[in-house]
Amino acid sequence: MQIVVIGNGMVGHKFCDLFARHPRRGEFQLTVYGEECRPAYDRVHLSAYFSDRDAGKLSLATREWYAEAGITLRTGELVTELDTDKRELRTHLGNVQRYDYLVLATGSVPFVPPVPGRDKKGVFVYRTIEDLEAILGYADQLKQRPGARSVVMGGGLLGLEAAKATLDMGLPTDVVEFAPRLMPRQLDEVGAATLTSTLTELGLGVHLSKSTTAIAGNGSITHLEFSDRSTLPTDMLIISAGIRPRDELARKAGIEVGPRGGILADEYLRTSAPDVYAIGEAALYRDMIYGLVAPGYDMARVALGSIMADADGGCMPESIDLSTKLKLIGTDVASFGDCFPPAEASRSIVYHDESRGIYKRINISRDGKRLLGGMLVGDAGDYNMLHQIYKNGMPLPPQPEDLILGARGVGGQPGAGVLDLPDAAVICSCENVTKGKLCGLLEDGSAASVKELVGCTGAGTGCGGCKPILSDVVENYLKAQGKVVRNVICEHFPFTRQELRDLVQLKELRTYDEALDTLGSGHGCEVCKPALASIFATVYAETANPQAQIQDTNDRFLANIQRNGTYSVVPRIPGGEITPDKLLAIGRVAKKYDLYTKITGGQRIDLFGARLEELPPIWEELIAAGFESGHAYGKSLRTVKSCVGSTWCRYGMDESVSFAIEIEERYKGLRSPHKLKGGVSGCIRECAEARGKDFGLIAVEEGYNVYVCGNGGARPKHAELLAGPVDRATAVKYLDRFLMFYLRTAAPLVRTAKWLEGLDGGIAYLKSVVVDDALGLAEELETEMQGLVNGYACEWKEAISDPAMRQRFRPFVNTEDSEELAFVPLREQKMPKPW
Amino acid sequence: MTAYTTTSPERVTTWFRAGHTSQFPVGAGATIKYGDRQIAVFYFHRTDRWYACQNLCPHKLENVLGRGLIGEQDGIPKVACPLHKRTFSLETGENLNGECPPVAVYPVKIENDYVYVGFAD
Ligand code: SRM
Ligand SMILES: Cc1cc2nc3c(=O)[nH]c(=O)nc-3n(C[C@H](O)[C@H](O)[C@H](O)COP(=O)(O)OP(=O)(O)OC[C@H]3O[C@@H](n4cnc5c(N)ncnc54)[C@H](O)[C@@H]3O)c2cc1C
Ligand code: SF4
Ligand code: FES
Repeated sequence: MQIVVIGNGMVGHKFCDLFARHPRRGEFQLTVYGEECRPAYDRVHLSAYFSDRDAGKLSLATREWYAEAGITLRTGELVTELDTDKRELRTHLGNVQRYDYLVLATGSVPFVPPVPGRDKKGVFVYRTIEDLEAILGYADQLKQRPGARSVVMGGGLLGLEAAKATLDMGLPTDVVEFAPRLMPRQLDEVGAATLTSTLTELGLGVHLSKSTTAIAGNGSITHLEFSDRSTLPTDMLIISAGIRPRDELARKAGIEVGPRGGILADEYLRTSAPDVYAIGEAALYRDMIYGLVAPGYDMARVALGSIMADADGGCMPESIDLSTKLKLIGTDVASFGDCFPPAEASRSIVYHDESRGIYKRINISRDGKRLLGGMLVGDAGDYNMLHQIYKNGMPLPPQPEDLILGARGVGGQPGAGVLDLPDAAVICSCENVTKGKLCGLLEDGSAASVKELVGCTGAGTGCGGCKPILSDVVENYLKAQGKVVRNVICEHFPFTRQELRDLVQLKELRTYDEALDTLGSGHGCEVCKPALASIFATVYAETANPQAQIQDTNDRFLANIQRNGTYSVVPRIPGGEITPDKLLAIGRVAKKYDLYTKITGGQRIDLFGARLEELPPIWEELIAAGFESGHAYGKSLRTVKSCVGSTWCRYGMDESVSFAIEIEERYKGLRSPHKLKGGVSGCIRECAEARGKDFGLIAVEEGYNVYVCGNGGARPKHAELLAGPVDRATAVKYLDRFLMFYLRTAAPLVRTAKWLEGLDGGIAYLKSVVVDDALGLAEELETEMQGLVNGYACEWKEAISDPAMRQRFRPFVNTEDSEELAFVPLREQKMPKPW
Repeated sequence: MTAYTTTSPERVTTWFRAGHTSQFPVGAGATIKYGDRQIAVFYFHRTDRWYACQNLCPHKLENVLGRGLIGEQDGIPKVACPLHKRTFSLETGENLNGECPPVAVYPVKIENDYVYVGFAD
């Protein structure tokens, strides 16, 4: 079956996106024609192009995405003829294509009123990237000219957005509106007047009740003429006077269109021609064209459901939500629901603060029970809540005015009410994501942040309007959970990592299956398996070998997987000290296996590009040369960085290299909730950056200062002073206690810096535990650590000496073939072919 | 990607012998080659079920899924890609935690301790 989509705009693309995820897509071929030269892009955020001129950022999908999804995409090809009897279409290139189902997603074009002079130079519309490029090019020229200015025709949503954009380009800008007020469809007189005065303050000229009669100029535009005989000088004009659906193709093919344009579509988006659908801004549904993405996305979903004959495909709702929030204008404007309900059925509550330019109006039903709609100017902070209350028909509080008089406060905590929304409440209408779905993901641990929710559901990726309420959901959900802070591991274990570790120790559980049978339920996942692996490692000093199948994949293969599925090899070089012979040995291995070689930021050497099957022989040679695993792949001790110290340095207070080596040898292989890094500097000049590490030692006159819980990376933090000055032995004792306390109590994947942030009492409490032994745990912690230190074994030595373990590194079970990999040359080495 | 299509047991025309069960890891995955194609085969020992899917991760088109951690989400067996932890259902191939296109899944049967993967071509 062949489906053809005409139009590769936002809605046409949404159709493809949903198709690509449909379980039965295999039964259909999908071909898409788009007149524009590039694949679908985000028109809603088009104005961002003015500031960054980056078309890539607007892209909704790449050609590769289409290719991977098996969808044929033909951009730069205009469909010119349609024969609904023969089920055939023809493009301007003369190509003919048959279809079984046809989807018209041809969108709309800006409406340009029939005013003489429209073809003058300097007159633009605002719809495509090309339009914006033309405007930018022209504005650049204009800027050379002193006194240049621009005018936007149309004071609606889009016009105001365009006006702000040209203002930001440095051109004084006027808006002319035909109606007696701005945004006549969304705002009442007072609201519009409030907006007008704010915009005037921002430097925008606003001219109302202006009917343009001519665009004047000799070749290029010089001014506008109005019916009241006034004129307005300008060097550029952007027309934003509404949209007209692109129904010309349908019209020519005899498909029924509305009296004022638009392809007639029923609740399944079916047109008058068999198996032809219309969606997006081209479709006329219930006598209306909907100039917003959310209803368009809904249409894509319903049309696809109808074509695929999905049982739960659904149809379009009778009334469509046209609530909107204006973006980019420098002041808040939003409207929702019914802005102007008839007076006999409603009452209004109005809050107006002229001095601050704030106007809020809500319309409620006569009986005071339901919110019908409203508008917010100057402060739209209540928009998300009000919009949700309206959309879900939620009962109003006894004093509905509280809803817009935020300061008097209902619940105190802003946005707290979001948890009272029904589960069915749609939070993101573009992607149709409900509150129930979001909370479910937070509950089962699939997501713990706005970013992860966006990743899981796509919420917030459409118009972006729901982003604030998304973070309200996360924040308030987590707050509500805060009463019972239980960061359970995952759906399989109802325990925190600390509880789980205690139980494993107490019940002497030795394997993952045993733990799951005794303490958990189900069959486990990629979250609890590595978490338990880490627990076994910190209780029994177990290496990654005995239970390879529960290790995170890097630990399973004792190497870090790289972009192209090859691995990197990092031998341990304690303290960064290395003999020339060992350097030669590394060089020989790198050369023999053709590995990309680099000095890391951790004072050692990384060899990249090893194939899975090459790992054991490489390690055989390295081990023969006296190396051990560097555990660069594990959540474990990485390196203890050192400066050269008093050995050579004229300022050094102690031999920092010797001490760094001693510490690295002590804790090597130690697995922990996240990776661990240390540093030792020979004096306060701090050349080893010890305070950027999880633990750092800095030599001073009387010994060492011990610092803990520092971090580089994305959220850098300096380590804090735990004790000092102390002698070397005491420093190690404190480190034992500190590390073991962290190993016991931190949640999975929490570095020491973040762990300390969550520790009640902070560094003072940590000091009391580690230095003053307030919990009476010191001895136990030291003994436990000594056990782990004694239990150390190089896991690479283990792996290469056991033939059964070596099986793990075969790329294929059924052949000796090795994988085909593509590298490209890089300077004198190589790198993987880019993605 | 086009080389891989989900194959239901009814449509199988070739049962390809992939190896002895003892050659496959317990509670994890391994990779086999079928012509030019790479197929990841997983053994869920706790439920005693075998699954197979394309080795190619649709996210960045790397042949790595066989090396991913396996597990279950709401009862659905899944594999997590080792590169960026996208998870895929081993029943339908669907991407469970993102927007990736699905992976192709293949039926597996065990006969006389040998593992067979079913193909329709
Ligand atoms: C190789 C190396 C870069 C280099 O060429 O220099 C490197 C490479 C990687 N780093 Fe790093 N980091 C390297 C030094 C560092 C340093 C510098 C240091 O250790 O002094 C830092 C900042 C210090 C710190 O950790 O606080 C660093 C902060 C990170 C972070 C951020 C950690 C954080 O807490 O914010 C990550 C991400 C993570 O772990 O989640 C990361 C993750 C990674 C990963 C594992 C990313 C990944 O998942 O693949 C890279 C693995 C490469 C590989 O396969 O070998 N790498 N990384 C360095 C290896 C050091 C070594 O010898 O072991
Ligand atoms: C600057 C701007 C800001 C906006 N802001 C918002 C906002 O904040 N919120 C909101 O909800 N909406 C906003 N919108 C509206 C939103 O962008 C549209 O609702 C949405 O793009 C409609 O999608 P569509 O696919 O129906 O049409 P389009 O995106 O216009 O796509 C139609 C495509 O079909 C192509 N086409 C037409 N005919 C043919 C043919 N015969 N053959 C081949 N190809 C053809 C066209 O070239 C076009 O690429 C904004 C629009 C603009 C311009
Ligand atoms: S930290 Fe001190 S001892 Fe180390 S290199 Fe710098 S100055 Fe020298
Ligand atoms: S390549 Fe598989 S998740 Fe990125």
